[in-house]
Amino acid sequence: MVKKSIHEINGRIRDGSVNVVTAEEMVDIVGELGAEGAAKEVDVVTTGTFGAMCSSGVWLNFGHSEPPIRIGKLWLNDVEAYSGVAAVDAYIGATQQSQSKGIEYGGAHVIEDLIRGNSIDLHGTSPGTDCYPRKVIDTTINIYDLNQAIMLNPRNSYQKYNAATNSTNHTLHTYMGSLLPHHGNVTYSGAGVLSPMHNDPNYETIGTGTRIFLGGTQGYIVGEGTQHSPAAGFGTLMLKGDLKNMSSEYIRAATFEGYGTSLYVGMGIPIPILNEDLAKATAITDDDIVTNLLDYGIPSRDRPVLRTVTYGELRSGSIDINGKEVPTSPMSSFKKSRQIANELKDWIKAGEFFVSMPVERLPTTTPCNAMKQSNVDLLVVDIMSSDVTTIHEDAGFHDAAKIIMEKQFNHLPVVDSGNHLVGIVTAWDISKAVAKDEHDLVKDIMTRKVVTTSPDEAVDISAFKLDSNNVSALPVIDSNKHVVGIVTSDDISKLLARRH
Amino acid sequence: MMIKINMAADIVTTPILAEAIIETGSLLNISQAHFDPIHGEVVAEIPSDQLVKIRDALVSRGAEVVVLNTPIHRDEEECVECGACISVCPVKVFSFADDWSIEADSDKCIQCGTCLKMCPHNALALGQ
Repeated sequence: MVKKSIHEINGRIRDGSVNVVTAEEMVDIVGELGAEGAAKEVDVVTTGTFGAMCSSGVWLNFGHSEPPIRIGKLWLNDVEAYSGVAAVDAYIGATQQSQSKGIEYGGAHVIEDLIRGNSIDLHGTSPGTDCYPRKVIDTTINIYDLNQAIMLNPRNSYQKYNAATNSTNHTLHTYMGSLLPHHGNVTYSGAGVLSPMHNDPNYETIGTGTRIFLGGTQGYIVGEGTQHSPAAGFGTLMLKGDLKNMSSEYIRAATFEGYGTSLYVGMGIPIPILNEDLAKATAITDDDIVTNLLDYGIPSRDRPVLRTVTYGELRSGSIDINGKEVPTSPMSSFKKSRQIANELKDWIKAGEFFVSMPVERLPTTTPCNAMKQSNVDLLVVDIMSSDVTTIHEDAGFHDAAKIIMEKQFNHLPVVDSGNHLVGIVTAWDISKAVAKDEHDLVKDIMTRKVVTTSPDEAVDISAFKLDSNNVSALPVIDSNKHVVGIVTSDDISKLLARRH
Repeated sequence: MMIKINMAADIVTTPILAEAIIETGSLLNISQAHFDPIHGEVVAEIPSDQLVKIRDALVSRGAEVVVLNTPIHRDEEECVECGACISVCPVKVFSFADDWSIEADSDKCIQCGTCLKMCPHNALALGQ
């Protein structure tokens, strides 16, 4: 059994005899030499990842103004930062968006601008106190004017992440990018074979105090990240590093259409090969890492798992979903991940970076529970109208007009001979048909792309669907596409009126 | 090559595309079409040597023809080569090279703009 100490490895780094390889290179080395041979040969394995890390931000200290101010509210380039801590400290979060530019510019962009040395407009307000009499401050700062700019990522470097697709009939805009209708594409994140935490899944060398690569400089692991869920293979890390030494090469602002801003963060962890178990762990391949393919078309915490998939399949360019070849896109950059693993390797070989053991190991049993919700959410079944009449697609539009008039509602779901929902007709569609005098069948004038809901969907989701699709009613369908009710914007208005 | 054909409201209901195809015998491959009550816009691929013929046939029928000779542009400084653009492109303009760099075959681009919205780093643009 091979056994090495951190002290021994750091000695080799100091005298230049250290053998460092990337996690990608380690696969073949273990394949050739076996775990024991590889453990003898290799001292450190470097990892890397570069992708969207929404849970990122920077602590800033501006120094005191004259007269002093205890900033209560703060905006940097019109992006709000949290300053409810002491007088001139603030935390700028990556996903906070500009009040004037929206998702075009957010906290992530402020962070990238700081790294680039660009000027930032600061606007702060305060109620004013005896010791901090100033009520408003307006100034322009850059990173060199700050006492501290410390990046702190509450949740970074997911051990792995779910792959995403979309079963609905419309494009979804998510933090996993654009998901095309009818499973038109699949997106995934993470660096697979180079993924830092997957190369030390038992967290033997990864924990509080571990020295790492963060944003192009040396950083540290603070401890477990938020939502750390090791049992499921979804461990996370909290990281810190000095933004003043970081590079825009490895910290990049991002905007996800229809979702918001995020920060691409480059980080890498060196895994000291202390024994053959670690050598074996760092030989993990893309084919060994399995994740779930989730349907983001279901706007719920518990999205259905369509299938499991390996990173090997995802990185091949396409995967099979129900017999269909679907193209895949990574959201993180493998090229940059590889660049990070190689840069970290170069630092170690050059004697500029020493490996460390954690002062405390990461927990391996932390639960990741759902939010406790003390108020019971209403479901569609609680507010829908079950008294819904449908019409056959081959019926004449005069019949549809008659039903709408008699029943005094504006929306008429259209069904086929198997009673499956195929469209919807509104009073407006009928008015148009009459005005144009062109059609006589319901199927010629109906809207075929119907936005629907189900009885067990939360009312909040239905309200979001009505709003985002700019429609005023949703047919409620069961799993067989049979219409069991209808929810209108009137139902939701009445519900809200009752709440207030 | 790609062309964009703009049609004003007064000709949008007449079959000028079909007439131009019959007149010139040119194969016009439509990749995008947007019509609303006030105008129509069609993006189509045509054989380069038939541009003059097709343009004349369409212009004589009241359409405006613009040659789209500046397809998708990738800003290499902004691009982090993640590959998000790959799966949303309907004509497979983007792909990974062996070293996981992004390769773009701009000749295939039909200028639909889907990749512009997908790119998290705003590194893609049309018509530059």
